[in-house]
Amino acid sequence: MSTRVLQAWNGEAVDSGDVPVLPVDEFQQIVADAVTAGARISSYAGRKDGERTKVTAVLADDAQGRLGVLSCRVGSSWPSLASECPSIQAFEREIFEQFGVKPEGHPWLKPLRFEPPHVPGVDPWGRIAKPSTIPGDYPFFRVEGEEVHEVAVGPVHAGVIEPGHFRFQCHGEHVFTLEIVLGYQHRGVEPMLLGGPDRRTVALVESVAGDTVVGNAISHANAVEALADFQIPARASVLRGVALELERLANHVGDLGMLAGDVGFLPTASYCGALRADFLNALAEICGNRFGRGLVVPGGVRFDLDAGATARLAEKVAKAWEQVDGATRLLFESPSVRNRFDATGVVSRETCVELGLVGPAARACGVSRDVRRDHATGVFRFLHIPTVTGETGDVFARAWVRRLEAERSAEFVVRQLRSLPGGPVRAPCPLPRPGRLVVSLTEGWRGELCHVVETDADGSFLRYKLVDPSFHNWMGLAMALRGEQISDFPLCNKSFNLSYCGHDL
Amino acid sequence: MDGIPGILKFRAAFGRQTIAYPEGPARFPERFRGLPVLDPKGGDGGRAGAAACPTEAVRDPGTPGLAIDLGRCTFCGLCEEASPGAIHFTRDYRISGRTRDSLRVNGAAPLLAAALDEKARKLFGRSLRLRQVSAAGCNGCEAELNASGNIQFDMSRFGVAFVASPRHADGLVVTGPVSENMREALLKTWEALPAPRLVIAVGACACSGGIFRDSPVQSNGMPGVPEIPVDLWVAGCPPHPITFIDGVLRLLGRIEGDSLRLAGTGIVEPASPG
Repeated sequence: MSTRVLQAWNGEAVDSGDVPVLPVDEFQQIVADAVTAGARISSYAGRKDGERTKVTAVLADDAQGRLGVLSCRVGSSWPSLASECPSIQAFEREIFEQFGVKPEGHPWLKPLRFEPPHVPGVDPWGRIAKPSTIPGDYPFFRVEGEEVHEVAVGPVHAGVIEPGHFRFQCHGEHVFTLEIVLGYQHRGVEPMLLGGPDRRTVALVESVAGDTVVGNAISHANAVEALADFQIPARASVLRGVALELERLANHVGDLGMLAGDVGFLPTASYCGALRADFLNALAEICGNRFGRGLVVPGGVRFDLDAGATARLAEKVAKAWEQVDGATRLLFESPSVRNRFDATGVVSRETCVELGLVGPAARACGVSRDVRRDHATGVFRFLHIPTVTGETGDVFARAWVRRLEAERSAEFVVRQLRSLPGGPVRAPCPLPRPGRLVVSLTEGWRGELCHVVETDADGSFLRYKLVDPSFHNWMGLAMALRGEQISDFPLCNKSFNLSYCGHDL
Repeated sequence: MDGIPGILKFRAAFGRQTIAYPEGPARFPERFRGLPVLDPKGGDGGRAGAAACPTEAVRDPGTPGLAIDLGRCTFCGLCEEASPGAIHFTRDYRISGRTRDSLRVNGAAPLLAAALDEKARKLFGRSLRLRQVSAAGCNGCEAELNASGNIQFDMSRFGVAFVASPRHADGLVVTGPVSENMREALLKTWEALPAPRLVIAVGACACSGGIFRDSPVQSNGMPGVPEIPVDLWVAGCPPHPITFIDGVLRLLGRIEGDSLRLAGTGIVEPASPG
């Protein structure tokens, strides 16, 4: 990575004045070179800076465990990098939608989440006054031809799930392309975080994605603690790790059940539906809420467990895992299931790297990236969870990787609950210091959760950028569907199980 | 063991999973936070709790009218931490009401949803099909609604189930603060439901906007969508599956009275301030 960037580590606060502000062409050259050399774009976001927009990029060098931070100030347009670096395409659209900076030459410039512009009066899509922000109200990509037809699904789906719109161009069952339109879930999280931290902050961060409460709360707490130069007690650090892995277990186990349901293998669908609850209930035993709400706060965690409770909880998790092991064995040993999982929804390793996919979706393609190992913070500095990769990039690989990861998480949770360090679980965390910036990454169950937080001269949040793993991965789902049967869409979709609200913010 | 024999063997060992509720007690961890009981004379009268609340759910602190608006409450427990003596969360999971105002609780009285009138009970009481719309729900409420149908909570044993099409539904279940971007889709789904139809708002966001209240790109939940009248408001962030099921069964007149049967799990002691 270029020496012109500011090098930082995950969870290390820097003086925001030390982040180099480079000319646009140099900034873009460094980003493009770094991506070509194997770095990932963790964050690439703008904020209003006088008449211009200040864009700050965070480049992740996973092999070295380092992050590179750099900025530039840009006017109303700049050249697009998306043709060279497809992983940047959504970031460029976001900056255009929010601040009106047009990426000239972007291969597919269209609204990202149909949010109102962050700068009043600058509506890049030419909507006036109160802009009509109905997602999907724009020309879709279309394939023309005899017997070519279009299938539109959503935003309201058949199941109890979040809204999004899927537009397929098909020939019979065969899918040429899938175009995914999001934005229905936009709640304005980032603007609400500005000026914080305040009493809403933690609950807001927990609500970015209700299935990733612990992951986002840890990323947030790590960021605030770094901005305040504060170290949490060891016991809190381990309990956070336990909660994060319980969240991963609940979601992985639940989704293995849903995948079983999608191929009509009802035994595992039923069993995993119930077993998922054991991990959610373990979180509720600790903090009173099945999704871990109210547990993680800057300064540590709000709830402690006595020795008897940790032993009983460990026993319960160990027993639940034994049953998951049996229930998922039935699934993966069933030939009819394997027939549906194998070679369905393939994403190649090359596509995965080009799109910058993260989490189990990337690991299933054989791309070994995991924040817990590559950019370790907290308990993961000392206690390592082996990273699992697949090789086929199909539904099977995504399911199997999650099955193996869940096993590692269960082992970790049981071991840590049986050997928690002593001491307090919480200490008063001071307020963030002024003029600082921190990048805080956490490996949530879907992949990298990135929080980039910058404080102003008073120590309040000047910019709070959130990048959900789904932001990187939605394009992976679109690519997985190319050449597939449309009837396999639910299965492919569930094998990624991406967050709508995490993307829409 | 392979194939069907392996499946049957696992099934036999797995045993019955369906919970005892409503015939038997509902099982909750010691630290579960349900209905709060308030004592305006206790502690600081809720002043510090009101200051700590992320959603301004604690109302009129320091007065005899100390109340919590459960339609806004995220059940984080920060108010109890700040104002012990004045505010205490019990494990009473029954936190739904027929009107939005009924979710504002004070004192220690239970909050129980009243049943529909006899004609509506006759129509829906034995079979209720629901269409769910997530209008910017964070997937917390959605996850718990899905869990309501799993083999543990097994809502369909009461004749209540989610269906894929609004045309097949007797009622609409709304989650989320109702983003501007979902408003039209929500209205269209509601219009597609044949009358007579019920509407259930689930979770703090649907009841008030929750933590997103006053963000300009949402509607502060169903109170901001006056076109759609709500029959049942279910509090929680997210509401526990038993809370949702209990609310629906009370609405249908399938559960009456206020006897509360609770069981613990025997794993963790009640919380002490950390």
